[in-house]
Amino acid sequence: MKRVYVNEKWCLGCHLCEYYCAFANTGMKDMAKALCNLEIRPRIRIEEQDDISFAVSCRHCDEPLCVKSCITGALSRENGVIVIDSDKCVGCFTCILACPYGAISQSETGAIQKCELCAKTNDGIPQCVAGCPNGAIVFEDRG
Amino acid sequence: MKYLIIGNSAAAVGAVEGIRQIDKSGQITVISSEPHHTYSRPLISYLLLGKTDRQKMRYRPDDFYSVNGCECIFGKNVLSINVKNKTVSLDDGRSICYDKLLIATGSVPFIPETEGQEKVKNSFTFMSLDDADALGKAINAGSRVLIIGAGLIGLKCAEGIAGRVKSITVVDLSDRVLSSILDAEGSEILGRHIESKGISFILGQSVLRYGENEALLSKGGSVPFDVLVTAVGVRPNTSLLSAIEPSYERGIVTDDEMHTVIPDVYAAGDCTQSLDVSSGKNRVLALLPNAYRQGECAGISMAGGKKPFDRAVPMNAIGFFGLHVVTAGSYTGEVFERKAEGSYKKLFYDKGFLKGFIMIGDVNKAGIYTSLIQNGIPLSDIDFELVCEKPSLMAFSRKYRDEKLGGVRQ
Repeated sequence: MKRVYVNEKWCLGCHLCEYYCAFANTGMKDMAKALCNLEIRPRIRIEEQDDISFAVSCRHCDEPLCVKSCITGALSRENGVIVIDSDKCVGCFTCILACPYGAISQSETGAIQKCELCAKTNDGIPQCVAGCPNGAIVFEDRG
Repeated sequence: MKYLIIGNSAAAVGAVEGIRQIDKSGQITVISSEPHHTYSRPLISYLLLGKTDRQKMRYRPDDFYSVNGCECIFGKNVLSINVKNKTVSLDDGRSICYDKLLIATGSVPFIPETEGQEKVKNSFTFMSLDDADALGKAINAGSRVLIIGAGLIGLKCAEGIAGRVKSITVVDLSDRVLSSILDAEGSEILGRHIESKGISFILGQSVLRYGENEALLSKGGSVPFDVLVTAVGVRPNTSLLSAIEPSYERGIVTDDEMHTVIPDVYAAGDCTQSLDVSSGKNRVLALLPNAYRQGECAGISMAGGKKPFDRAVPMNAIGFFGLHVVTAGSYTGEVFERKAEGSYKKLFYDKGFLKGFIMIGDVNKAGIYTSLIQNGIPLSDIDFELVCEKPSLMAFSRKYRDEKLGGVRQ
């Protein structure tokens, strides 16, 4: 399946992926309006220190510890993509405790949020990848 | 192939999904004493709180059994297992045969024998959906509730009903709350937070004697109550096998494919012991993530595949009145500590490996710590100072990141 991969050496640390991600999940048409005065809660996050930076988002693991640990059954795999049923999630954060990459976070509703490869919002075209100006995040099938 | 699963919670569901990864057509029968679709047991407090409902707390979709081709026998108890004839007998007189049997019977509440306990009319435990329903019916705005046990179950119960009763008093023999998963300082923070929500604690005491509406305490004094909840702990439900193997009383022992010493009999979930990699000791890890993974491994193994169960550690993620707590591993060795307004973190490390941690308040990226414990990653391989301050992948080697984030095959 196609996954988001990170080319660390190309990452500029510009954080645009975080903005595109937050925008993609607002469901609105105009980015400036959508994110105006909003404290964004992107599902992809840049880690940076000195001259190193890279983006971290869900790896959609073949052995998804988050799904197996989820106490409610809110996390599941659909066509390879790990998705969250926010309605079922009670925000216990067992998945945050289980994810080895720190790729799951709390949403403003108290449920958890995570990258779903824009499967629900943008026809499966990850907006972080589309918006990355330097090819530091790619969406590829590497088997 | 005839698969028989006794139990219908996380381990049983894991087993069904494990079997179906390998065997698409074998006959699966699921027997449960509870007359319910599989549901998430830890959600019963959220049900009383109104944060979930019976439909949402279903652990798998409505069509789970039909999609996986399971025959369900719900609301029936298994009385005994005949390992020679490979049959189990039910309380309705039926006998069911198996080729491969899984014991996924979970745990049962432990109720200490206390003088006068038979006099208490409104007495409950808090483990099952039926328990929650019964407790929900018994309480009202005037109820004075006494909870015995300041552990995970007792305190989640307190949170679940806090807004619906007049008062809640929690009594525990330990001198601090959540003593099984927190250190003394963490207990203090949690205890104060829960107290600020109107819950009263009487710690370091037990109940000497019950009257119908009163508990007499070990150090003197008494607590009047209308409703009693006993939540002092759970025991592995090994009754079916301890008739055959008496040594199983402290949890069924299996190999790493969840096979017991009895041919074609497997066990998974809260009724078993696992190897805790953080301490190197075998112990009962009555935790849902553990149960699911064990069940899946058992299912795969029962169907002829191979997926050893490993990397088990105690891990708990839990919140009380909006304050989140995550913990994992064992609290031994040297300590790294960080305290800030509203958050508390302690890491325990020994001989170059992370052994355990406690995070209260800010639980962000806690899984990075869990993976260090579970995978036994030497701290010399990472920037330990950085990871102590902040769980991050920055602390790992470039090679690790290229592999995990960049998809580079090593």
